[in-house]
Amino acid sequence: MGKTLLHKVWDLHTVRPLPTGQSQLFVGLHLVHEVTSPQAFDALRARGWRVAFPDRTFATVDHIVPTRERQRPFLDVLAEDMIATLERNCRDFGVSLWNVGDRRQGIVHVIGPELGLTQPGLTIACGDSHTSTHGAFGAIAFGIGTSQVRDVLATQCLAMEPLRVRRIRVTGRLARGVYAKDVILAIIRRLGVRGGVGYAYEYAGDTIARMSMDERMTICNMSIEGGARVGYVNPDETTFAYLQGRPHAPAGEAFARAKAWWASLASDSDASYDDDVEVRAEELTPVVTWGTNPGQSVGVEETIPERSDRDALEYMGLSAGARVKGQRIDVAFIGSCTNSRLSDLREAATIVRGQRVAPHVKALVVPGSAAVQSAAEREGLDEIFRAAGFEWRDAGCSMCLGMNPDKLEGRQVCASSSNRNFKGRQGSPTGRTLLMSPAMVAAAALAGEVIDVREVVG
Amino acid sequence: MSGSLRITAIEGPALPLRGDDIDTDRIIPARYLRTVSFDGLERHVFEDDRKAAPHPFDDVRFAGARVLLVHGNFGCGSSREHAPQALYRWGIRAILGESFSDIFFGNAALIGLPCLTAARADIDALMSFVEQHPRSAVRVDLAELTCESDAFVCRIEMPSAQRDAFTSGTWDTTGLLLERFDEVRDVATRLPYLTGFGAAPRA
Repeated sequence: MGKTLLHKVWDLHTVRPLPTGQSQLFVGLHLVHEVTSPQAFDALRARGWRVAFPDRTFATVDHIVPTRERQRPFLDVLAEDMIATLERNCRDFGVSLWNVGDRRQGIVHVIGPELGLTQPGLTIACGDSHTSTHGAFGAIAFGIGTSQVRDVLATQCLAMEPLRVRRIRVTGRLARGVYAKDVILAIIRRLGVRGGVGYAYEYAGDTIARMSMDERMTICNMSIEGGARVGYVNPDETTFAYLQGRPHAPAGEAFARAKAWWASLASDSDASYDDDVEVRAEELTPVVTWGTNPGQSVGVEETIPERSDRDALEYMGLSAGARVKGQRIDVAFIGSCTNSRLSDLREAATIVRGQRVAPHVKALVVPGSAAVQSAAEREGLDEIFRAAGFEWRDAGCSMCLGMNPDKLEGRQVCASSSNRNFKGRQGSPTGRTLLMSPAMVAAAALAGEVIDVREVVG
Repeated sequence: MSGSLRITAIEGPALPLRGDDIDTDRIIPARYLRTVSFDGLERHVFEDDRKAAPHPFDDVRFAGARVLLVHGNFGCGSSREHAPQALYRWGIRAILGESFSDIFFGNAALIGLPCLTAARADIDALMSFVEQHPRSAVRVDLAELTCESDAFVCRIEMPSAQRDAFTSGTWDTTGLLLERFDEVRDVATRLPYLTGFGAAPRA
């Protein structure tokens, strides 16, 4: 009987079984940001401990940083305090920090892959639930809390419960106007927001195999929205081609050796799975959420099902039997660790080029990293967005969560390329989020309401 | 390990919080994560929900609760440990629910806040009982895996490894992970990506 990638990587990184029945798992890469790390560094300081593997620990700032007016000190004193704390912690403990102004700064889940730090076969931990993003490379990557950040800093290890593996095979061709974001939203709708609890999701099938790394990252990113702490794709030539030449990827002969090792980690053809699910790509349409969790969604042409969660509908001001299509929006947000990479911005720019944002809509594009930003600017994407009436910002988490100046106000409705439509998520306790692909957000920004992007790109 | 860290039973007033898929953004809104410590988080637990409608955390009948009763997939979403920290600092010492998100469950365990599960019907029955008898103490027993109150008893569950960690006082894992650091180094030396991929490929 063969093994899955999860089991191969898990076994390689197991230090020992713990008396608690958990595994002591070595963490190959630890990514740190300003929000979930200060108390962990304080715990080390209090006990007189060092960071065990500082050269496997990398920090950046993304959650609280403003996406404009970034001169120091920040106008926001709490944000300034947090960034200053991270600077001091990284200095005191010998951890590399990619700070505001550095061309390597960005959302932690965008820069890890971009710099070639994220590689197949690693265990990756970060104090952020969207760490599952890195699984797109065939890494086992998961979000952790601050006490676990402390554990990884001090020991480079975690005590982990074993995971079951559900294979989700996506087969067939996606229609024009249907994107990776729609695939993962459709998966979460079908399996539910808690269907993945206790599982790692292995995304497989020819649709996934044809996807770029950016698309695979979008899919793995939202695994946690389906309850799965880990999501991954087996590494292949697309993965290797992406990594070649990246600053932290192996070079020269080491790259050839690495490729052979990486390829050997893919799940064996006779591996057994705890569950198997099949998704037909042809059946998928653009998806938009109507509720207050990412599983509460419909195809853009569908009506909201009868007997839907009344509390969610009331919060959103929507009704069962109605369509989300035609819903007027106030804000359009293209960004977040789900959809802020160069290919996302290109796709949105194709729709926006030569058009104008509806007069009542505030629209912003927030590149996922300084590198995405400069690459987009070299292609002139910033000019396309600006000419259409979008704001073009600096890299950060921005309006995905209410932790920096980019927030909804009152009951505003936001067409958002982010990952969570929870109550209050985008910074206003009564703000409303409609999750969709970046192309759908771009189309909604122009129309001033939710439309079917297939009518634009078809 | 230290006997003082042993958690075998939690007893006290309970607080029923109905609803599935309560995410950590609701437990503690993101604006309160703009801090370098966990101090004072209890003041903002469920703040937006509490402003929007009457809420069990403001119900005087449940003041001083130690056991929180919840439904399914409690603590989903963001990995913020601030969520269990806020609940713990508010006074909650055990959570009994239909199910929990993996990350929340682990975060809670590491601060000594056990999350236990029970059948939906039992949770519903206990919630109703507590709403009618808010002053009755509820006892969550990790050793016996039972939950009891006056005229109410049900089976509860927790993965055995986790339960052992609480009952033996080993839930604070850092010490355990540090115990044999030489073995950690051994693993590091056999990982190809830490050794320049110099060794023969292996899986």
